[in-house]
Amino acid sequence: MAGYVVRRVLGMVLLLFLLTLTVFVLFSLMPADPARLTCGKACSPAIIENNRHRLELDIPPIEQYQRFVAGIFVGRTYLKDTARPLECEAPCLGYSFLRNQEVLAMITKAAPVTFWLAIGGFVTWMVIGLVFGVVAALKRGRWQDRTVMGIALVGYSLPSFFIGLVLFFFVVLIWHLLPIPQWTSGMPFANPGKFFQTMLLPWITIATLNAAFYMRLTRNQVLEVFGEDYVRTARAKGLPERIVVVKHALRAGLTPIVTAAGLDLAYLLGGAIITENIFNLPGLGSLAIGSVLASDLPLITGITLVAAALIIVANLVVDLLYAVVDPRVRVG
Amino acid sequence: MINMERAEGRAERSPDREFLSIENLGVTFNTEDGVVRAIDGVSLSLERGKTLAVVGESGSGKSVTAQAIMGLVKSQGGHVTGEIWLDGQELNRLAADEVQALRGSEMAMIFQDPMSSLHPFYRVGDQIVEAILAHRKIGKTAARKETLEMLKHVGIPAAERRIDAYPHQLSGGMRQRVMIGMALINSPQLLIADEPTTALDVTVQAQILDLISTLKQEFGTTVILITHDLGIVADVADQVAVMYGGRLVEVGQTSVIYDQPEMPYTLGLLSSIPRMDRELPKRLDPIRGNPPSPINLPPGCVFQPRCNYSDRVRDGACLSVRPELLPTAPDHLVRCHLPAEERRQISEEVRRILAGAVR
Amino acid sequence: MTAATREILRVTDLKTHFPVRSRGLIPRVIGQVKAVDGISLSLNSSETLGLVGESGSGKTTAARSILRLIRPTAGSIELDGTQIANLSQAALRPIRRKAQMIFQDPYNALNPRHTVGGIISAPFRIQGVEPPGGVKAAVQELMERVGLNPEHYNRYPNEFSGGQRQRIGVARAIALRPMLIVCDEPVSALDVSIQAQIINLLKDLQEEFGIAYLFVAHDLAVVRQISHRVAVMYLGHIVETAPRATIYSAPLHPYTHSLLSAVPVPDPKIQLKRERIVLQGDVPSPIDPPSGCVFRTRCFQAQERCAAEVPQLIEVAPDHKVACHFPITVAEVTARARAAGKIEVPETEVPAPPVSGPHFVEPGPPHA
Repeated sequence: MAGYVVRRVLGMVLLLFLLTLTVFVLFSLMPADPARLTCGKACSPAIIENNRHRLELDIPPIEQYQRFVAGIFVGRTYLKDTARPLECEAPCLGYSFLRNQEVLAMITKAAPVTFWLAIGGFVTWMVIGLVFGVVAALKRGRWQDRTVMGIALVGYSLPSFFIGLVLFFFVVLIWHLLPIPQWTSGMPFANPGKFFQTMLLPWITIATLNAAFYMRLTRNQVLEVFGEDYVRTARAKGLPERIVVVKHALRAGLTPIVTAAGLDLAYLLGGAIITENIFNLPGLGSLAIGSVLASDLPLITGITLVAAALIIVANLVVDLLYAVVDPRVRVG
Repeated sequence: MINMERAEGRAERSPDREFLSIENLGVTFNTEDGVVRAIDGVSLSLERGKTLAVVGESGSGKSVTAQAIMGLVKSQGGHVTGEIWLDGQELNRLAADEVQALRGSEMAMIFQDPMSSLHPFYRVGDQIVEAILAHRKIGKTAARKETLEMLKHVGIPAAERRIDAYPHQLSGGMRQRVMIGMALINSPQLLIADEPTTALDVTVQAQILDLISTLKQEFGTTVILITHDLGIVADVADQVAVMYGGRLVEVGQTSVIYDQPEMPYTLGLLSSIPRMDRELPKRLDPIRGNPPSPINLPPGCVFQPRCNYSDRVRDGACLSVRPELLPTAPDHLVRCHLPAEERRQISEEVRRILAGAVR
Repeated sequence: MTAATREILRVTDLKTHFPVRSRGLIPRVIGQVKAVDGISLSLNSSETLGLVGESGSGKTTAARSILRLIRPTAGSIELDGTQIANLSQAALRPIRRKAQMIFQDPYNALNPRHTVGGIISAPFRIQGVEPPGGVKAAVQELMERVGLNPEHYNRYPNEFSGGQRQRIGVARAIALRPMLIVCDEPVSALDVSIQAQIINLLKDLQEEFGIAYLFVAHDLAVVRQISHRVAVMYLGHIVETAPRATIYSAPLHPYTHSLLSAVPVPDPKIQLKRERIVLQGDVPSPIDPPSGCVFRTRCFQAQERCAAEVPQLIEVAPDHKVACHFPITVAEVTARARAAGKIEVPETEVPAPPVSGPHFVEPGPPHA
């Protein structure tokens, strides 16, 4: 088991390495010139060249990449030749000259927003998806089933920007049921009431599509498991139906769902671009959009790295979790 | 309250019924393609301690019959009509929780594929312990001890170790032994084995059949053996019931079914089987055509489309009239329009050809 | 009917091993699952060789290796004079029209999204063959030949019963008039009455087209019905091979005796009187097979020599080969069984292999 984990972690590191390399290569192929972006329209070529040198953009891309990787482990110093060198301590994910901030600092500032958004949305959609999915499966073909599946179909066909905008428009602007969402630092603990008022609609927005998806997934999965021979065996043993359903059918049926949901959560933790934008939440999604629009290479690289790391780690956790629940995939 | 119900239940027991008596059992399923009549008018009875083999091909209704007795059909959306008397108690009228209390204690079942029939997430020992605790109020330690005894009893080597194994860590034969142990753990009076050896190798198949026979002697269990294989039935069963298209088509003592079968389908089955004990025929003599779909059964005799002799029946009755299951000799029932004389003649002819294997 | 029989297939010392890897930081090969461990066989046109054995005997791996669906580890496979053991997949493609396969499970072997016509005509498309009269006519002729209604050309597999699906599989296999068809348990998933239909069909096609069959099955009664010669496999080895009549009436290997004894006879009078050899336990793990003779752990004839020395497959009579130190005749077995009631081998506790992962539990080829 330990060897397996170590191997997976090494593979993870390799994957992240290749990923950042790809991002670097893609950006060095981009027509936009980062040095050009450092000053306004009236820039002279001399200033641009000077900036290029100061930003270490005049060295070959491979070497830029090396310095980036080295920065993660030992930190690095920007603007070495100038009067005010910038110290970026390890782990240094880079420095955004456009915003004059360390990438890591920006990410750590945005991360809690996305974290709470994702967690709240995740809990909402899992509870709704699992409960309604199981109910639909148990009441297969009856009105409960048809209602749930109808709702799922509607939820499924509504894009999240549409739900978000509609909710925002009616609940906030027309009916004034909630104040305009505004994230303040220190949330959620500093101001729990305001926190919930701010996050309620984003959570609903995120949960809608996923809940619909998970309702259907759960229903099908549970129905499939009910057809399994071991569920029949459990009944033949004379177990009460409740135990047949919970201990035998649901345990086996929901395991792949709950573990797979971990991946969806990780994906969200990398930033929910649309929802964050609609509700003006300064999370990773907003940060990512901003960085792409501004061609802020260091920031883009940093966010990509963090988002990818989240997903890869989640993958590993899901696999290990699966091995814990299902003895058939247990290793070592 | 509970005691009163018990008392009533006992009063209902009728001494003139056999240990197991199935009367006019029918099962239907509502599907998208219409109502499927999985079994229709099945009546059977079985003495305590005997073995009945129910033989049929896929779709014949043999498994549904077994599951109807166990009360497992309703949870699959099936509708059961008729009466099932087990030890003087009618099961079809009982409330769900009353049947549940009998399942696994009075009657138990083992299935075809022991891999998929054991829960992959739980240790085999725990699965048996669960079966004990579902019916008896004993401690976990005692239940585990009993489980270990049972695993040894069904011939699992190193049972002390295997009790904590997961199903996937055991071989196919071993898993079926676990299933048998689990079925017998509460000393049921009736054991239903649904194709217990089909998924196993021929050498293991012999082991498992031996085990079932031995345990049956020892526990005095009444056994219903569901199978498609007339071969494995021969030395195990006292009685054979042949099913086709959801109906019983021939019922009799085992020796009668093998020596004087009268229903053309039974004859067809016997001549389809390649046999090791006889001269090699140049060709096998299969039943032509395919089994009927239970959604769309032929209007007359369900076997008519595949029967070689239906043209011998006057007025084409086979095409339009459902034949009844009627006695042709004591303890021998046949469902066929052909006159008994003619059936016997055909049977003799076919068996002579089979024995000589001249084709 | 082809005029003269000739050799279609010659397999020599075929080995298919699957590596077992450790689970350390750097996976190392720590062992081999010797699924097929040095088998030799040959097959003539119009001939059927039955390959029998329990699950785990390696018969399916052998069959797939011979068709190069699995890459063999060593050995030679000559198909119609061409050495194919080491050919690349591209070089194999033209060879594939000479050898086809029929699978066990008619429910999973056919793509449910393709029509029957599409399935049966696939070999024409893949091999770029334009049959005279067009593909559709050829397919309908094939359907008629295997007993399907040619008008059902446009139907999907789920509209057919198990037996009919197996007929579709047969039609696909014979489309290009192959010399060899490997049948992997072609009837074991079918109902008894349908099994006989398919066996008869296969026999008819053999007579008509002179096809050679390698017929892999566990059911000895079925194998007897169709085979001219039979090879018995156990744990990757052929332990006995002989013409059909010899295998069934005068076998010499204790394993063959045991297998034959286990086949039930559908007659209570005979079945109750039969002497039985009861094999205990299961086939040992091919990762760690017994030393010497692989069968010795379950053998009623086993002696010390069997653990020390691997028995060679020796020709004891024309065309009859046995790999056993202590072969035994039917008469001797019967005498012993009469004396003892039944022959039973006391079960020795074989240490279970360390449980390591799901794919070690059911040894066999990784399914493609």
